[in-house]
Amino acid sequence: MNLTAPVLAAIGKLLSGATMRWHECQPDTCQRVYFANHTSHLDALVLWSSLPGEIRDLTRPVAAKDYWSKGRVRPYIARCFNAILIDRDEVKVHQSPVDLMIREIGTKYSLIVFPEGRRNTEDDLQDFKSGLYYLSKKRPDLELVPVYIDNVNRVLPRGEFLPVPLLSCITVGAPMWLEPKENKFDFLQRARNAVRRLKDI
Amino acid sequence: MSPAALLPLFLAQVGPNIRLDPRTRILLGVVLGILATGYFVGRALRRQPESTANPAVIRTFNLRIRAWWMMFMVLIAGLILGYVSTVVLFGVISFWALREFITMTPTRRGDHRTLFWTFVIFTPLQYVLVGFGSYMYSVYTVMIPVYASLFIPARVAIAGDPKRFLERVAKIQAGLLICVYCLSHAPAILGLELTDATGTRWTIGTDAADNPIPGSNASVLFFFVLMVQLNDVFQYMWSHLLGKHVIAPQINASRTWEGFIGGALSTMLVGMLLSWATPFGLYWSGPIAGVVALAGFAGSMTMSGIKRDRGVKDYGTLVSGHAGVLDRIDSLCFAAPVFFHLTRFFFSTMA
Repeated sequence: MNLTAPVLAAIGKLLSGATMRWHECQPDTCQRVYFANHTSHLDALVLWSSLPGEIRDLTRPVAAKDYWSKGRVRPYIARCFNAILIDRDEVKVHQSPVDLMIREIGTKYSLIVFPEGRRNTEDDLQDFKSGLYYLSKKRPDLELVPVYIDNVNRVLPRGEFLPVPLLSCITVGAPMWLEPKENKFDFLQRARNAVRRLKDI
Repeated sequence: MSPAALLPLFLAQVGPNIRLDPRTRILLGVVLGILATGYFVGRALRRQPESTANPAVIRTFNLRIRAWWMMFMVLIAGLILGYVSTVVLFGVISFWALREFITMTPTRRGDHRTLFWTFVIFTPLQYVLVGFGSYMYSVYTVMIPVYASLFIPARVAIAGDPKRFLERVAKIQAGLLICVYCLSHAPAILGLELTDATGTRWTIGTDAADNPIPGSNASVLFFFVLMVQLNDVFQYMWSHLLGKHVIAPQINASRTWEGFIGGALSTMLVGMLLSWATPFGLYWSGPIAGVVALAGFAGSMTMSGIKRDRGVKDYGTLVSGHAGVLDRIDSLCFAAPVFFHLTRFFFSTMA
């Protein structure tokens, strides 16, 4: 057990002053996929550190390999998170990100994913990438939990490197699953609306 | 002057001014007595059947009592630990209040660097300057209103986003001024060399060897915080008892002229009763308490105005379930500079 993880979590909490609101969902150690809007590099850290300790230990953020494997500090932080690094540029047939995620989580871990793919600078959510659909098609037992992260983009906007310690708010919504016979487009639309709906709660 | 030469001055400030002398202890005892009574009354009220009292009022009452417990406990802890820790403590409160203020007011991407300066440079710097005591008065009294206020628009301009420029600048300036600059005048009281109304050093009797005992600044700070908080309670109380004429229904529906006047008069009365804890004497402690009440009232109204503009009820609800720091200290922020300057001008040797 290394000490960096709790310290990192404490820093994340302090920096973002995040309030966690479990809206139609309770914290649980069952296998889940938390999917959230993506506006800042800090999103993963803030969401991950706002989870209760025992859930945090079982939750692995999915992050971009090209960003998190550069330099010395980033890979170290990624290891503390227990992050799963995904190659965004090179998607191989037998090594698809979804397969990698499923292999890595086994029957124990939960995931944090940002289905928008890239950080968003617009007010509205971007369209979701299809990974979430394939993930839940291959593992229909995973609970898909929508999360809306508010204000973290003001703590550390895109292109800035110094964070401003404002207060942010994380809202967790009701779990959802892939319905039988639901097609990809409908499912992704429904997932996106589930996140967007939390904005106004 | 080199930093090394400043150190003795700094240490001199830490010394005797904030002793918890017998009078301060009596004042503390009174406060803790009131709070303990409030706590037990609150508990008793909570056990009452719902028909006899409005549960929302009781809940507010209990929350307020709890907030005051925390406030006074923290203040006492700070005073026991010394001048520097009290200043640090108020610095942390300022920081948190500013955080709530800026979180609530929308800023744009271009303001990010300016906000970083505001949080990481100006806020700590103000409290470091106050930490050096009244020696630095001429610096900490202009740093934010002049230099930070000029820096902020310049930095926003350099960031290159002209949209709603004046509005964005004003928001950051107002936040810094109210949450940081104004509040920093409360711990600054501890740095004053207090005199009584005639201009001689404030003493409270003599010790066994016939040496005069100087009064403690801690009790003056305590007096101030107590006056502001009691004024809030009295206004609330009088509004409930007699309130008919609401001052500005769109800004705050619960503030009435009756509450305001009754509150200010009650605060003046209590201020006179507690004049022994201050260098003001019986005649001046009343008016000073009255001015504090007026400024505190102005602070609550202003913050209500900002909150209504942003469409939130409490700063805290934006963040979590309970009322935030800024809701508790709004009146303190406005009253602090007024009280500080009155005390400094009339009741201290202006070093």
